[in-house]
Amino acid sequence: MKEIILQTKSITKHFYEPVEFKVLDDISFDVYKGEFLTVIGKSGCGKSTLLYILSTMDTEFEGELFIDNQNVSRWKQDKLATIRNEKIGFVFQFHYLLAEFSCLRNVMIPALRLGKLPHDVIEEKAYQKLELLGLKDQALKPSSKLSGGQQQRVAIARALINDPLIIMGDEPTGNLDSVNTQNIFSIFKELTQEFGQTIIAVTHDNDFAKASDRTIEMQDGKIINQDYKFN
Amino acid sequence: MSKKKYPINTEVAYTYIVSNKRLTMVAALGVTLGIAVFIFMNSMLAGFDKSSSEAFFKSIPHIRIYKDDEISKPIDHQISQNIPVIINPKVVPANNTIINPKQVIQLLKNQSDVAFVTPQLTVGVFYNNAKTQISGRAIGILPEEANQMFNMESYVVEGNVNNLKNNINGILLGAGVASKMNVKEGDNISITSSIGMTKVMKVIGVFQTNNSVVDKTTAYINIAFAQQLLKKNASYITDINVNIKDYTKAKAYAVNLAQLTNYKAEDWETANETYMAATKMRAIIIRFVSISILLVAGFGIYNILNMTVMQKINDIAILKAIGFNGFDVVTIFVSQALIIGLIGIVFGVLFASVMVASLQSYYVGGDIGYFPIYFKLSNFIKGVAFGFGVTFLAGFIPARKAANVDPVSIFRK
Ligand SMILES: Nc1ncnc2c1ncn2[C@@H]1O[C@H](COP(=O)(O)OP(=O)(O)OP(=O)(O)O)[C@@H](O)[C@H]1O
Ligand SMILES: [Mg+2]
Repeated sequence: MKEIILQTKSITKHFYEPVEFKVLDDISFDVYKGEFLTVIGKSGCGKSTLLYILSTMDTEFEGELFIDNQNVSRWKQDKLATIRNEKIGFVFQFHYLLAEFSCLRNVMIPALRLGKLPHDVIEEKAYQKLELLGLKDQALKPSSKLSGGQQQRVAIARALINDPLIIMGDEPTGNLDSVNTQNIFSIFKELTQEFGQTIIAVTHDNDFAKASDRTIEMQDGKIINQDYKFN
Repeated sequence: MSKKKYPINTEVAYTYIVSNKRLTMVAALGVTLGIAVFIFMNSMLAGFDKSSSEAFFKSIPHIRIYKDDEISKPIDHQISQNIPVIINPKVVPANNTIINPKQVIQLLKNQSDVAFVTPQLTVGVFYNNAKTQISGRAIGILPEEANQMFNMESYVVEGNVNNLKNNINGILLGAGVASKMNVKEGDNISITSSIGMTKVMKVIGVFQTNNSVVDKTTAYINIAFAQQLLKKNASYITDINVNIKDYTKAKAYAVNLAQLTNYKAEDWETANETYMAATKMRAIIIRFVSISILLVAGFGIYNILNMTVMQKINDIAILKAIGFNGFDVVTIFVSQALIIGLIGIVFGVLFASVMVASLQSYYVGGDIGYFPIYFKLSNFIKGVAFGFGVTFLAGFIPARKAANVDPVSIFRK
């Protein structure tokens, strides 16, 4: 029995500046619990825009968004912040770490915000995540002193810290070499298979997409192909 | 489940403060200067107020109670409105003495807000010395009480107030009168009262209030002697001087006393309208200057702190993206602003104290003496409150704005 964890119903979005333009057009699809979903499409087709909406960071759209069986389309900012904190981990296309904090701190902050675990447990967990991504030795460096690929991996560790239901990544391996890409792919695979977490990742890497459970292909703001391999 | 949540908001605020030391210092300095100038200007205003009211109360009481002249009223009230009547109101030539003064004084003394009461009898006089004759007024007082009320000792420059008590015909002359009449302590002086009685009096001292009108016309004598000069009995007095506990409330309190005694009660501000107008003008000018400084300082503080928040706008979006809500964001930046404000306020208060203290010990000379500026707690409290108010708003307003938008709208900028 496939359980739906995220669902969109006719999501449409316009940009009005500099000229009116429909960036997303009638996007409807379901994502299942434990699914590893990839989104591909040409540059500028609206992948990032869609992912921002799915992650509740953009509320200006038409249509409905369901996360974990709740219609969050018209929720207030603060309620959305809570759902992001508890249920969603996000890796941005560009690196968005807090520059004045160490890598370890960056990874810990969402968990400290959530406040469900004691400080030392969180710290231990953050070390584990960094180790998983091959960054244990960089833990105490200020995040701004890291290379692009390293920063991206810190951001992935941060996305994993609260064991979210859904992890969303906007080209999470965009800056990584093949070894690291492979590592992250297997981490994602394990999370979906062993822990029932769900991955939605935008990618330009066709091998990465092919190896995932399902790939959604977009073109000019529309879904043109949903390749079901899930069973 | 009462596990204490880790104070992550405070940690973030603290990290921003220590990792941007230069900006923190510039912002704190802005607060320091704003607060210091604000407190300093207001201390100056308070000093001027205090020194001018102190000068006042050397010769006049907070409230003076006396019998006002009455205007005659038409006798017949029954006259029909149709008949034109010529009336000619005049000052009733009544005795302007206070009836049964002892009782009135006792009544006044029983009032809870009254601090001090003493009677007084003013006599219009001419001071005569050979060919010189100048007009003025001799104020009959009970020397000990008047000394307590006006702190006369503090401005007697020659002789001693207490000698007035021991010399029934003693006179304490204003410095201007003394120099015009060319007399000094121990000399005799002849005075003629308004009803034509001439007496020789002994100069027991000279005073100087630095209010030249007072110094050039006024003398103090025993109240009993004043009654003799007017050929009146021992219960004849024209004024009762009243000091109350808070002289700034004199205007309102005078109304109460007038009702209580059925005499006219005139407060010191009303009695010195012209002078008060000038004082008010000065107060208004300084107040406006201080408000301008407040605005300029407030605006400066606001801008600098606002900048520290706007610089972190991208961090706000990240924090929101990883689950910080609007309240968290506001808490972080308000704490940051308030800590900077606190640093600035501490130094601002110190700086203002140093400025006030050093100006206070600056001797100007002349009538003024030391520069009139003084520590007034309420000014410091106002300055501190102002500082916290502005820093709070400077953190709160931009943080709140950023807290209420989609994180993406910040990323896309
Ligand atoms: N703030 C904006 N205002 C107007 N147009 C925008 C804005 N942001 C993005 N766009 C446009 O919307 C379209 C979709 O952008 P989006 O970032 O979603 O593309 P993408 O599929 O993620 O591309 P890439 O693969 O290069 O990251 C693009 O044509 C872009 O120019
Ligand atoms: Mg993109």
